[in-house]
Formats: sequence, structure tokens, C-alpha cells
Amino acid sequence: MPDRPLFLERASFHRRRLGDAARVLPILAALLVLVPVWWIPSQVSYAGGAVWIFGLWAGLILAVRLLHRALLQAEAATARASETPEERRDAL
Amino acid sequence: MPFEALLATCLGYVVLMFGVAYAADRAAARGHVRWLDHPLIYTLSLSVYCSAWTFYGAVGYASRSGLEFLTIYLGPTLVFTGAWWGLRRLVRVARMHHVTSVADLISARFGKSNRLAAIVTLIAVIASTPYIALQLQSVRLSFEVFALNAPNGAGRDGLGGTGLWVAAGLAVFTILFGTRNLAADERHHGVVTAIALEAVVKLVAFVALGVFVIWGLADGPLDMLDRISRAGADPELAEGWLLKPDRWTALILVSAAAILTLPRMFQVLVVEAADEERLHVAGWAFPAYLFAMSFFVLPIAVMGRELLPASANPDLYVLTLPAAQGQNLLALLVFLGGFSAATSMVVVCAIAVATMVSNHWLVPVWLALRRIPAGDEADDLRGFVLNARRVAILAVMAAGWVYHEASGGTAALASMGLVAFTGMAQVLPAMLGGLMWRGANRKGAYCGIGAGLVLWMTMIFLPSVGVGGDLPVPAGMDPWTLAVLLSLVLNTLAFIGVSIFGFPDPVERLQGLSFVSAVEPIRHSRMMRGDDRAEPLLAMARRVWGADPALRYFQAEARAQGKSGYLPDLTPSFLTRLERRLAGSIGSATAHAMIDRVAGGVALTVADLLQVADEAQRAKEETQRLEAAQAELTRTARQLREANDKLTALSVQKDAFLSQISHELRTPMTSVRAFSEILKDPTLTEEERGRFAGIIHAEAARLTRLLDDLLDLSVLESGRAQMTVGVANLHDLITRALTAASATRPERGFLIDRDLPTEHLGVITDADRLLQVLINVITNARKYCDADHPVLTIRVRGREGGGAIIDVIDNGSGIDSGRQSLIFQKFARLNDPARAGGAGLGLAICREIMLTLGGGISYLPGQGGAAFRIVLPPRPPTRAGGAEPLSD
Repeated sequence: MPDRPLFLERASFHRRRLGDAARVLPILAALLVLVPVWWIPSQVSYAGGAVWIFGLWAGLILAVRLLHRALLQAEAATARASETPEERRDAL
Repeated sequence: MPFEALLATCLGYVVLMFGVAYAADRAAARGHVRWLDHPLIYTLSLSVYCSAWTFYGAVGYASRSGLEFLTIYLGPTLVFTGAWWGLRRLVRVARMHHVTSVADLISARFGKSNRLAAIVTLIAVIASTPYIALQLQSVRLSFEVFALNAPNGAGRDGLGGTGLWVAAGLAVFTILFGTRNLAADERHHGVVTAIALEAVVKLVAFVALGVFVIWGLADGPLDMLDRISRAGADPELAEGWLLKPDRWTALILVSAAAILTLPRMFQVLVVEAADEERLHVAGWAFPAYLFAMSFFVLPIAVMGRELLPASANPDLYVLTLPAAQGQNLLALLVFLGGFSAATSMVVVCAIAVATMVSNHWLVPVWLALRRIPAGDEADDLRGFVLNARRVAILAVMAAGWVYHEASGGTAALASMGLVAFTGMAQVLPAMLGGLMWRGANRKGAYCGIGAGLVLWMTMIFLPSVGVGGDLPVPAGMDPWTLAVLLSLVLNTLAFIGVSIFGFPDPVERLQGLSFVSAVEPIRHSRMMRGDDRAEPLLAMARRVWGADPALRYFQAEARAQGKSGYLPDLTPSFLTRLERRLAGSIGSATAHAMIDRVAGGVALTVADLLQVADEAQRAKEETQRLEAAQAELTRTARQLREANDKLTALSVQKDAFLSQISHELRTPMTSVRAFSEILKDPTLTEEERGRFAGIIHAEAARLTRLLDDLLDLSVLESGRAQMTVGVANLHDLITRALTAASATRPERGFLIDRDLPTEHLGVITDADRLLQVLINVITNARKYCDADHPVLTIRVRGREGGGAIIDVIDNGSGIDSGRQSLIFQKFARLNDPARAGGAGLGLAICREIMLTLGGGISYLPGQGGAAFRIVLPPRPPTRAGGAEPLSD
């Protein structure tokens, strides 16, 4: 890939890894939602199941919120870094 | 509560909705779209997902099947956790192509095929009609609850017309605010704002009821959990409540598909989105809304079962529970929430389906029937499209109402929500495949969607309306799950299989590239047509957008090209943009066909595509070539700069040299002149005269020496020095040099340290020149060595491969490291010039001689005094090769 840089500076690298996290999150969430029902359906069908699923759900909402905020900040940081090359060199 | 009061509240609420929609539309028309575009409004408008089916039905569903009802909300939540890379991309691509509906998206991706869009529209119509009927039914049922409870209620009989009234009212609202204009982007600020308000009402109503149930009826959350446990332990419920993994998975899959493919969801999620930025908020806020809407469902279901008679319909617990507890205001609020849920779903669904029906069914048929000539002035396409939408909205509403009237019973309708979900889910493989896989093609999409449609009809839709029997399924398998998985798997396999063996046409491949890579569609030079066609295009755009907007758009485009007037050049980029803007009003397939017809269509061929690739490749190569040239230029500039610096330095050096030389010549000249003046004096004694003449002679000699040195240096520097190469013994040369130098400061008794055996080394060189260097170096040592007991060390050794190294070292204080580089320069005198008495040319001449001899002379630091190293090559260079400095 001659057009892409082989290595990224810190800001872009950080943003890419957060992007990876954003890709993994739905898969993780799907596993957490599906696996217990296949594994121990009788234990997650009643009150305990309600606690499990609503707790998981609230956690997911929080995780997405934090992730999106981090991604927005990382994008802003990347934009800043690419605007001023001096800063980018400092960040190396 | 009197039924009239309910009716009045309801009417008041409807008037409020009309007012809000009207105000928002007016604000948008004036350009006040900032708060209308707020991500929160967008998020709230997504809540159109929670229709009356979920508002009322979720509690019924939960009381029958326990936690399974959550799947309907968990699917969308999972999709939204992937909002950053998934939904954002979908929205960006769809906005880029001005997609108007899910059918339009599929059609635009697969080569702007209208037939494909028409099939997707068919699924949408079949799935939506019963779904709308379900909403009408929920409104009628909720009215009934109040009517039957009210002391002077109209009774069940008087409510037969409820469905009709609601349908008619919603049709008026939808037509008023949904078909006001035919903008380039199908956004409806009025509708979206009204829906956002309804979303708030829904949420407040449901949460209020939930809080009342948990803290008013039960004794807090722990007590509620206890009650849920007890309900779950009830054998009557336990069987139904036990989660079935296969069904759980299939339901989550289908509801995740539904959030992307349901016409109303696509409308609010994609079409009404100004850009993908709002998903940053919606990504967590919409799951949070769903969380809040479902959090209280199970408590309400359990409490309803405990407190209400067994005959009560669980689907209406939401209303009957507060009513039975005498909480009339709460019941009214809940009623308004349910009413909001039903109406917002119907309005958006009607807009979305009507857009599809008009763009993909009515307009293409009309255009095909009319065969309009290109410049037909009287033809008003805009009016037709808007009227087609209005008719389609009326038709959709009417179909929903007819279906509602015909089906009558509640049982048949209750499952319609899921049936609609599974129907639209059949579009998902083609949609995802089209967005992620460039190899997906139209035939594959036909086969996949077609197979899905047929299987869904036979296995899910028709059984749900009582036609045909259930599938013969293996024991222990849920028939619905089997049907869903079977239809989706076969759909996907057909789509992928046919795509693999097919070869897409060029338009499709261009679109595929644009969709999968989320880049602007590539333009091709073949799309360029004659400039005389701009006017018919303007006429066509006017027929779609109306005179003023079309003129404004063409003028802006012309100005962007640097032209005055209204007719831009038909560049490929202008045509692509125009086509996409038209697609925003009438769908991509129709826009493509119209532009082709008016501007004289040129069918793209595979060869053209390859040429596009070639052009892209050429552009890339050109860029690379330019970059290389740029680098070359930078390099040359750097070299030039260096050369310039060198020249500047040389010029400074030359000036310094001239001024120094003038100074050096002037000093002896001054004394010569002064003493000549004195000699003129006749009173001088003979002795004085003799002394002064001696001074004049010495100064003249010094001048001559200086001029000789300069001449020598100039000859050496210009490379014109003549060499007399011969064999010489270094021992003899050093001895001669020591003898010659001993005349300098003869009062200093130097101890000479020599290693005689090693000195007997024969070298091939110009002996006289080498002797000159040796004398100079040794004389310097004699002059400047400031030790009390001066010692001069001379060491000679042969070099590998011939040549020799001569080190001349004294034991004085040496030369500061900072000034070592200066000593070989002309006129460099480190000590007091008066004391040394030379002009400072000696070492400069030595360096030039050694360079001419092919060797070098350098200062050796760290030897305990001034130390010079003279390096001799095996033989002097031939004249042509030039002198190359040597060092050890």
C-alpha cells in the first residue's frame, strides 16, 4: 500500500484503536445478550434475568456514550495534529 | 371521566400537533433550522419505532412470554452500539445519493433499477397495511376502555367509526405536512418535530405509569422484584416465561433488521437525517429511550395480573390498571401516550410508503405511458408527483382501515407487528450486501429478495391471516423461528450465489464502488453531452422542483463554473449532481431515466468503465509524477541554495583576502616610504643613513617574500604548479629541513627527538615541495613553541600500500581546539603578528602543496603540544585526475 503511511502518529493511532473498540463493542454486546440464554435459559428467564439484562443494557448505554465521546475527542485531536505539523512532531 | 372530556382532550392534543408541525415548518421555511436539527430532536423522532404495538402490546407480550418482549428493544440497541461505523456509514452513503426510501437505496445501489425498487415497495405495502390497521385498532380499543368505563359512555356500538375518523384525520395531517413540497432532500421538519413531541408524551406517560406501579402500588423496586419472582414461579406462567434460545436469537435478529429496513425507521433514521453527526448522540440516547420504555413493562404486566380480573386483556393493562385504581388523570396521560404512539407510527409509515409507491410505482408508469417529448412546457411533473403522493397516502390509510374493518378480531392483528418486521427483514441481505460487497449485483438482489418475499408470504404472512396451514416442523422447534431463519438463510444464499456467478452492468459497478467505498460516484467523460442540452434540462428540473428553485439551482451551478446566466456547461460532475438532486425528489431510477431521455442518454459500456479505471490510474500516475518532479525541484533548490551559500562565503573570503593583502602590503610600504623621506635629510650621519637603508632593504625583501608567497599560493591554488617527481629519502629531507629551520630563533636550544631507523623511507614525490612544507612546519614549531625546554618530536611511518605519514610534534601549549580549523587559512595568525613576523601564508601554502602532491596536512589534537601530520600518497596524482586530499 504505497498510498497509506505505514505508521501513524499518536493521535491517529489512538483514534484507530478507539475505532477498533467501536467495532468490537456490538459483537461483545451480542454475545453477552445471546450466550446466557443458550447456556442457562432457566436462570435468566425470571427476576434474575431482568436484573441481568437491564444491568447489561445500562452498561452498554454508558459504554457507547463514553466511547463516542472519546472518539469525538480523538477525532478533534487528530484534526488539530494534522493542522499543525509542529505539534504532530511533538506528539511523536 | 366523561367520554366527551376525553374526546375534547384528544382533539385538543391533535390541534396541538397540527400547530407544532405548522410552526416547525414555518421556522424551517424561514431558515431557522438550528434547533430543528438538534440531535435530540433526531433521537426523539427515532422513537417512532415504539408504535402502539409496543406501547400497549409490550405489556401483553410480557405477561404471556416474560422477558422475551425485550428482544424487540435489544435488537435495535445492538445495532446502535455499532452506530459509529455502521449507521454513520449508511447515513453518509444514503445522503450522498439523496436516497428517498429503503427501496430507493436498493435501487440506486443495484444500477438504478426501478423494478427492484418496485418489488421492495410491494413488500413494504404488504407488511405495512396490517401494521397500520393494528395502530387504528389500538386507538379504537383504548377509546373503548374509556367509553365502557364512562357513566354516560357511547358504548361499544357508537365507536365503530373511530378507526375511520382516526385514519381520516391522520391522512389529512400527513398530506398537509408530508407533501407540502418536493424538495431535493425529502425532509419534513414539521412532521419530525411533532413526532419528537409525541415521543416525549409517550415516554412521560409510560414512565409515570411505571413509577406509579412500582412506588404507588408495589412497595419499591425490591418488592417489585419479589413479585416478579413469585409470578415466574407460578406454573401457569413459568412455561410461557421460560426463554427459548432459538426464538430469542431469531427475534433479536429480526428486530435488529427492522430498525434498518422498516419504511418508517428508514425515513426517520436516514432520510430525515441532515448528516451522520447526529448519530453521535443518538448512538447512546436512542438505546436509553428504549431502556426507559421497556424498564417498567414487566412490573406493569405483573401488577396488572395481580390486581385485575383474569378476563382483562393484558394488551390493555396499561390503560385499565390506572383506570381501575381511580387514577383518571394518569389513565388520560397514558391514553395520550398510546394515541401518540399510534399516530406517529401511522404518519411516518404513510409518508415513507407513499413516497415509495409514488416514486417507484406511479411516476414510472405515468412517464412510460405519457412518452413526454423533451421540451413539453405544459407538463407539470411536480404537481403529478405531489398528487401521486397524496393519493398514495390516502390509499395506504384506506387500506389500513379496510384491513382493520375486515379482520375485526384482535388476535389476528396482534401478531402483525412481528409479521411486518420479518417481511422487511427480507430486504436486509441485499441492503447490507450492497453496502459492504462490491460483487453484489442486481440479479442476486432480485433472487434474494424474491426468494425472501415468496418464503415470507407462504410461511409467515399468509398463515398469520389464516390462509394455509402451519409448517410441518420438527418437534421442539418453534415454527415461527424456523420460518424466519429459513427465509433469511435462503434469501442470503440466493443473493450471494447469484451475485457470485453474475456480471453486473457498468452503471451498477460504478454505483457499487460508490456505495461500498462511501465515495462520490465517479464521473465519466462519456457522460459529457452537447452544451445545447442545458435548456431542456432546466425545463425538466422546473417540472420537478418548480420554476424558482430550478432557476436558482442552475444559476448557482453556472456561477460555480464561472459562467453568468442560468445555463451551466453539461460537465459530468454537474450532470451527476443534478441527477442525484433529482433523485432526492423522485427516486434514483426515475431521475436517471429522465436525465437520459432529456440529455440524450449514452449507455455506459464495460470498455467505458475500464477507461474510468484508466483515467483514475492515469490521474494517480500523474500525481505521482508531479510529486517526483516536486521532490526533484526541492532537491535542485537545495543544491542551488548550497551553491549560493558557498559563493557568498567565497565572495566574503575574497573581500577579506583583498583587505588583508592590502594591509600586509601597506605596512612595509609605509616604512619604506617613511625611511626614504628621512634619507632625503642631508644632515643625517653616514651611520644613520646606512641603518635606515638597511631597514628599507629589509622591508623591501619582506615585500618581495610576501609577493613570492602570494604568487606561489596562486599558482598552487590554480593547479598550475609544476612538479618534479622523483625518489627521495625522508631521512635526508628531514635533516635538510632541520638544518634550514635552525636559522629561525637560533637562540632557542631545541631538543630534537627523531627515530632514525624508521626515517629511512623512500617516497616518490616532489622533494623540493615536500622540503618546503617540512621547513615551514618545523620553523613554525621553532617560532611558536613556548615551552621552557622545547622538544621537537618527529615520527615517520610508512602507510599500508605505500606512502608515508610524518608527524611533527612540539611540547608547547598547542592551539585551542576552536581555532584549529583556522590555521590553514590565508593570513591566519593566531599569536601576535609582530612577534611572528610572517604574513600568515605559510600553512596555507603547505596545505596547497600537500593537496597538489595528492596528500594532506592536518592538525593533530591531543598530542601534548602543537602537532602536524603530513600524509604522503604512494605517488603523486597524474595531472588529469586532480588532487584528492588524503588522510590516514
